[in-house]
Amino acid sequence: MADNIKEIAAYRAEAAAWLRENIPPRPDFHVPLTFMEVGSEEKLDYLRDWQRKLHAAGFLGASWPKEYGGAGLTHAHQMAVDAELRAQNAPIIFNVIGTGWAGPMLLHLGSDADKSRYLKRILTAEDIWCQGFSEPDHGSDLGNVQTRALRDGDDYIINGSKIWTTLGNYADYMILLARTSSEGKNKYAGLSFFLAPMKIEGVSTTPIRKLTGDYGFTQTFFENARIPVSCRVGEEGEGWKVAMKILEFERSVSGGQATSHMISSTSMADLLKSLSQQHRDGEPLLDDPVVRDDIVELLIREKALSLNDKRAAIPVLSSDYPGSLQLGFKRSSTEFIREMRRLAGSLQGLQGGLYQGDPDAVDDGFWQYAYMNAFNATIGGGTSQIQANIIGEHVLGLPKS
Amino acid sequence: MYALEKQTNDLTLSDEQVMLIESARSFCEQKSPVSTVRELMQSDTGFDPEVWQEMADLGWPGIAIPEEFGGSGLGIGSVVGVVECMGRRLLTAPLISSTLAAQLILRSGVGSAAPQLLNIAEGMVATPALYESADTGAGILCELSPSGSAYRLSGEKLFVNDVAAAQLFVVSAQLDGELRLVLIDAEKLSADAIRPHRLIDETRRAARVDFSGAEISAAEILPITKQALHEVELLGALLIAAESTGAAASCLDAIVDYLKTRQQFGRYIGSYQALKHPAVDILEGIEAARSLVFHAATIVGTGGLSVDAEIACRMAKAKANDVLLYAGDRAVQFHGGFGFTWDCDAQLYNRRGQWALQQFGDSRYHRKQLARLLL
Repeated sequence: MADNIKEIAAYRAEAAAWLRENIPPRPDFHVPLTFMEVGSEEKLDYLRDWQRKLHAAGFLGASWPKEYGGAGLTHAHQMAVDAELRAQNAPIIFNVIGTGWAGPMLLHLGSDADKSRYLKRILTAEDIWCQGFSEPDHGSDLGNVQTRALRDGDDYIINGSKIWTTLGNYADYMILLARTSSEGKNKYAGLSFFLAPMKIEGVSTTPIRKLTGDYGFTQTFFENARIPVSCRVGEEGEGWKVAMKILEFERSVSGGQATSHMISSTSMADLLKSLSQQHRDGEPLLDDPVVRDDIVELLIREKALSLNDKRAAIPVLSSDYPGSLQLGFKRSSTEFIREMRRLAGSLQGLQGGLYQGDPDAVDDGFWQYAYMNAFNATIGGGTSQIQANIIGEHVLGLPKS
Repeated sequence: MYALEKQTNDLTLSDEQVMLIESARSFCEQKSPVSTVRELMQSDTGFDPEVWQEMADLGWPGIAIPEEFGGSGLGIGSVVGVVECMGRRLLTAPLISSTLAAQLILRSGVGSAAPQLLNIAEGMVATPALYESADTGAGILCELSPSGSAYRLSGEKLFVNDVAAAQLFVVSAQLDGELRLVLIDAEKLSADAIRPHRLIDETRRAARVDFSGAEISAAEILPITKQALHEVELLGALLIAAESTGAAASCLDAIVDYLKTRQQFGRYIGSYQALKHPAVDILEGIEAARSLVFHAATIVGTGGLSVDAEIACRMAKAKANDVLLYAGDRAVQFHGGFGFTWDCDAQLYNRRGQWALQQFGDSRYHRKQLARLLL
């Protein structure tokens, strides 16, 4: 154990030294804070180059097997690198649907052929991945997917439409949940799961403009798109099971991600630094007792969230409500971030009304932009309200809504 | 401004602490069904002396007392887990009072009080008597004055916990303008010295105690610093936070139980999101409070409190206060008409929350102090 701790500390030190030399300089465009904000070619190129460089240095996919492009080490090694990536404010790793969701899923459920074919190219960003779960009329109600996959000899023919496809216009592959049958004992039974190529005939994407004003995801259309049967993961009709496995990775309920550094987090320390420059009625804003109380409330929440992992590792302190810390983390952390960013803008006085691009905006309008972007996480991957249902039903055992 | 990123983030338990929590969990579950809680509400002391004796036999009053004074020397952090288990079953016993009384003596340097520590470790009930008004920061007026070869104390203390059972009072007082701790045996009190408060939490006991006239020998007077008093109050805040976190979990159990069994309009009421989502909010609050409580327990140590430890104790108390108040409030509401009755257990949690809030600092007070420390 002690050896392991030393080894991981050494690995982190190695990563720290490498990062100090190799984090790319900030370009003159806005670097995406999350993988959902890659809205232009230059942003894509910047992040793709960075990911390749990090992988080539051996600091991405540390826990993945060597034969699939990983470093053959442990999850703890990658966590150590990720902590350093955050500490040095490195650009995010953007190919998240591959590195964070599809990759770990393939390591669990994929065939050897799938693993050889996809995993290394996920790490090198040679293949960019996207996710096709939500549909225009079925956001939270994932089980109700209507996109059809019709078996035709050795192929499936796909028809339908997916929405909120992050990186859709750049992606090489999509993890696709589609309906292969409308029979079966319930709506879930007819679903199948595919690793669908995107750059084929019959697949097209339309960029969607977000409330922030920029791009980052698409609506994706399938019109008689033909994909081979070998693209299917699991048996026909077992797609729901695979999709649920994906959601475990997406919501960080299960580990195995090539990295957790997929979002540039903002912390209360950043907020305080920004607010320390603000004045109200000629007095420092941070001397205002009402403001101080609001801030301390959030500091307490931030502190509690930061202790989550450590407590979850102690069974006697976490077995009371099994799964609560894991299932609750997505909701509690994303809601915290949204509220923190909202508070930031609300404390800027008239400057709080200035947006990115205005030279007088506080921190170039970062907080306003980041607040609106925070809804990404409180809506995407299952809204906070759906999360509350899940926690209520699965952790507290309450009856279904 | 305090460097947030330099704050420690430790949260660990030793094997001994794990065993202690496991045994406390089953002990409290076994000894304190809610029917017993309600029976004890009728008693003078508010607790069952036989159960307290068993707790003493298990060594709980001595957990934070060093081995040289008859305890097990595990530190105050190890009391936290036990107290949380007590809160989880609303088991009342003078463990917090005795533990804090011992901490006062320890932080005064012990001096001639080693025998008292030994007795506390063996189960003698001791209790701090620190406050003279509802404004706990108002300062100490109780005064010691020489009387022959001894001293006499004048003054009254308020909100003294577990008075009826206490055999030893640890009283803050002034002697020639300097702070002192005075150890007073219960038998020295005059017959009419004690006037019980009527507490909103009927599982608890506290009283006004008039110490005027008690004769004190020099050996019963210990020096104490303001800082040490302040630290014991922070430890009190942590222990109440732990207990409230346990009580909030117990309250959530009661809510969930009702939501799963009560039907209206042909549906279990727990299927309504208007009730389900607040229940999840309570759970989230409990999780946050528990993390903060055990983080504080990890870093309080045995000597003076670090700034990080002070921050941790205050955060734990502020969060635990709020979650128990919220849980107790929603518990009444979600039980509907039954919730408005005495027989519904929701009132126990609601009342516990209102009193626990005020013990060793309410949430606003601690947030204000945190602002001073952090901003």
